[in-house]
Amino acid sequence: MKPIRRTGGRPGSPRDEWAATPMTLRARLVVTRPRFRLDVDLTVVPGQVVALLGPNGAGKTTALRALAGLTALDDGHITLDGRPLHTLAAEHRPIGMVFQDYLLFPHLSALDNVAFGPRCHGAQKAEARRTAAAWLRRVGLAEHASAKPRQLSGGQAQRVALARALAAAPRLLLLDEPLAALDAHTRLEIRSRLRRHLADFDGATVLVTHDPLDAMVLADLLVVIENGSVVQRGTPAEVARRPRTDYVARLVGLNLYRGAATGPHVTVGELRLSIAEPLDGPAFVAFAPSAVALYRTRPDGTPRNLWQATIEGMERHGDNVRVHLEGPIAASADVTPAAVADLDLTPGQRIWASVKATETHAYPA
Amino acid sequence: MFRRLSRWAVTAPLAFTLAAALSGCGSSTPATTSAAPSSSSGGATTVTVFAAASLTGTFTELGKTFEAANPGTSVKFNFGSSATLAQQIVQGAPADVFAAASPATMKTVTDASLAAAPTTFVRNKLQIAVPADNPAKVDDLKDLADPKVKVALCAAQVPCGAAAAKALEAAGLKVTPVTLEQDVKATLTKVELGEVDAALVYRTDVLASAGKVKGIDFPEADKAINDYPIAALSKAPAPEAAKKFVDLVLSPQGKDVLTKAGFEAP
Amino acid sequence: MTPPTAETGRDGAKSRSGRTGGVVGRPPWVLVLPAVAGAAFLVLPLAGLLVRAPWSTMAVRLAEPQVLQALRLSLVTATLATFICLLLGVPLAWLLARAVFPGRRLLRALITVPLVLPPVVGGVALLLVLGRRGLVGQWLDAAFGVTLPFTTAGVVVAEAFVAMPFLVISVEGALRAADTRLEEAAATLGASRWTVFRRVTLPLVAPGIMAGAVLCWARALGEFGATITFAGNFPGQTQTMPLAVYLALETDPEAAIVLSLVLLTVSVVILASLRDKWTSTS
Repeated sequence: MKPIRRTGGRPGSPRDEWAATPMTLRARLVVTRPRFRLDVDLTVVPGQVVALLGPNGAGKTTALRALAGLTALDDGHITLDGRPLHTLAAEHRPIGMVFQDYLLFPHLSALDNVAFGPRCHGAQKAEARRTAAAWLRRVGLAEHASAKPRQLSGGQAQRVALARALAAAPRLLLLDEPLAALDAHTRLEIRSRLRRHLADFDGATVLVTHDPLDAMVLADLLVVIENGSVVQRGTPAEVARRPRTDYVARLVGLNLYRGAATGPHVTVGELRLSIAEPLDGPAFVAFAPSAVALYRTRPDGTPRNLWQATIEGMERHGDNVRVHLEGPIAASADVTPAAVADLDLTPGQRIWASVKATETHAYPA
Repeated sequence: MFRRLSRWAVTAPLAFTLAAALSGCGSSTPATTSAAPSSSSGGATTVTVFAAASLTGTFTELGKTFEAANPGTSVKFNFGSSATLAQQIVQGAPADVFAAASPATMKTVTDASLAAAPTTFVRNKLQIAVPADNPAKVDDLKDLADPKVKVALCAAQVPCGAAAAKALEAAGLKVTPVTLEQDVKATLTKVELGEVDAALVYRTDVLASAGKVKGIDFPEADKAINDYPIAALSKAPAPEAAKKFVDLVLSPQGKDVLTKAGFEAP
Repeated sequence: MTPPTAETGRDGAKSRSGRTGGVVGRPPWVLVLPAVAGAAFLVLPLAGLLVRAPWSTMAVRLAEPQVLQALRLSLVTATLATFICLLLGVPLAWLLARAVFPGRRLLRALITVPLVLPPVVGGVALLLVLGRRGLVGQWLDAAFGVTLPFTTAGVVVAEAFVAMPFLVISVEGALRAADTRLEEAAATLGASRWTVFRRVTLPLVAPGIMAGAVLCWARALGEFGATITFAGNFPGQTQTMPLAVYLALETDPEAAIVLSLVLLTVSVVILASLRDKWTSTS
């Protein structure tokens, strides 16, 4: 990791010089590595939570570390309300960061961990501890103030880490996979608590996750990053409705295809699909697995979108069975276990699949 | 780290080893030494000579002479503080000849019945050694008593220290040295490096230093002359060769080498 | 993370080894036998000293002023030397472990030189630099009238010289093993590099520093060659226990044994009273 060097800007701006008003983050993050280049731009307004979503190795954590000042930028800028941040070392940026492993200081109690930030900014020990105690109350851990990190459960440690980051009164909150280290059950509870705390935080928040549910629940805006570049940006609802890459589609559980639209049809490979609203030009077509119907013999009736597929595999998916199909288009279909039995579905079997035009969603690519 | 490790699994072997070793001890006489590797039948003979540090130069030369005169024989030297060497011999070190820097250190060996009839072969006189440029302008023995002058002496347990103490007593002087070195060579080194302004060492050491230090004679040195005895050891592994070496040292040839180095005839 | 539960032995009773855990079952003899041999190798010479000690005259000998003088000097100088090593060695270890600069590998190699150098040679080297006519020493003498040879301060310098590499290597190892991510976390909270060092790094490597200091102290206590060469030998001022032992050996081995036993007893008592966690580097 290259050490951060001050390249300019106001020398030694202490964090206290940042006004207490909430600030807008504008950043363009360029980091080059031997086989990888990150080039992402972000804008986050005060109170907004932006989630960086993407597969492993996409560069999300690199982007977050660049915002924190732990990784040097090779190009680009970071500004809070116009004031440059990228020229400052990490300790001078008005940030608070929650790490995936929490990284609580093992030799300090929970209270002293949370008080660490205020003390670094010049608060006296007693005053810092009061602030810390207040934050611990807010996250519901007042009675664990004197516990050492190793005595805390995962969920408790996560809350202490959040309190620690917020106690430092940051203008920019950064969270790196904040729920990844928790078991499924704890994650539910912590996720909703986190949502409330983020709602109360008046600064900008950038959160990194690979869990779509975290992104959907916690974020106001999603920025999907693949291979170092932004491939899609939008509210969670928009992204879920109109995924633009396979990754996102898989994430939100949709079948996604790219083709050429000519009016009421979209041609995807060899297949011509009828769509609900007419469109022209390069287009995406998406439909949910639950919209796919399967038949042993070629059916009559309204479905225009019909093709013959081979069953490649099946797996349980919640209460249903997800059937993976190969054919002119690869698709996933959700059917009930009863249907599997009725149709006597087995891998390798030829089967007919159809989806109603009204259940497809087409949009410009 | 091992749960429920039987205590005895570890302490038993340890205790046994300890007991076995200690049962071999008891009296304070040292164990007998194994025979030193030397034979006089056809193979090469080695004569091991333990000699005081101040004899380093002269004896090395005599050793070469001995080897040349006695082909097939090699001489091995162990130079050091006479007191230490005497202790080593008493503890069983395999030596053939012992040349000490004082009768007292030789007495240690004769008391242990390891040498008979030592002969004094040279005498060594003390001198004041000062660095070549004599920064403290030392002229005679009483200058050493000046507290501004840094003096190095040999420790009282070593021969040159005992001689120094006798000489100073004879002069009625009280000298507080900054250091008491464990042998005369170390004392001389301090002078050579200029760390001290003066030291009491042997005349032979001053001569051997070849100009790095200057020597100053003083009358009281005659009151504290060290006799150097030499003896072939009774438990010598190579007794014939040992006797021959002693003879060489006592011969006119040997005396010549020694007097050239600054020793006095006995 | 669930709180630790008390371990129970196979038979249901609480095990005395508690939370150190470890391998259950009997240890392999392949390991125990060499381990016992190793222990015997180190312990038997000490046993030899105990057996040959002149117990009958022990009380008289112990009362001699020289004994206490040498012991006190040894303990004081070793402790002072350890403080100096900590003051200079910990920052040096930090530099070697964390900073990146050209020649770092060379510097690390040079720092281990006192370990390889025969102590007497180390003493001579110190004389050449800090002696009365040394490179730095002559300036010290001219400007401040300070000379180090033949003084107690000189003893401390000699001991620190030979013992510092132990501390530096120990602490550097501990620093390398420490988690730097915690330092990153501290930086994001606003801690300057000095604050990070003081409040995060140091507490985390404290056991490693302590272990290094113990090694350093033990080495300083036993130092002979550099001390006698650089600082000389004078009772009360520069005659530490090892020097006293060596000189006693020349004429009176029994006195030497008594002195050695005193040094041994004091060292063993001090080292054994240190808590276990301070004597391991992990």
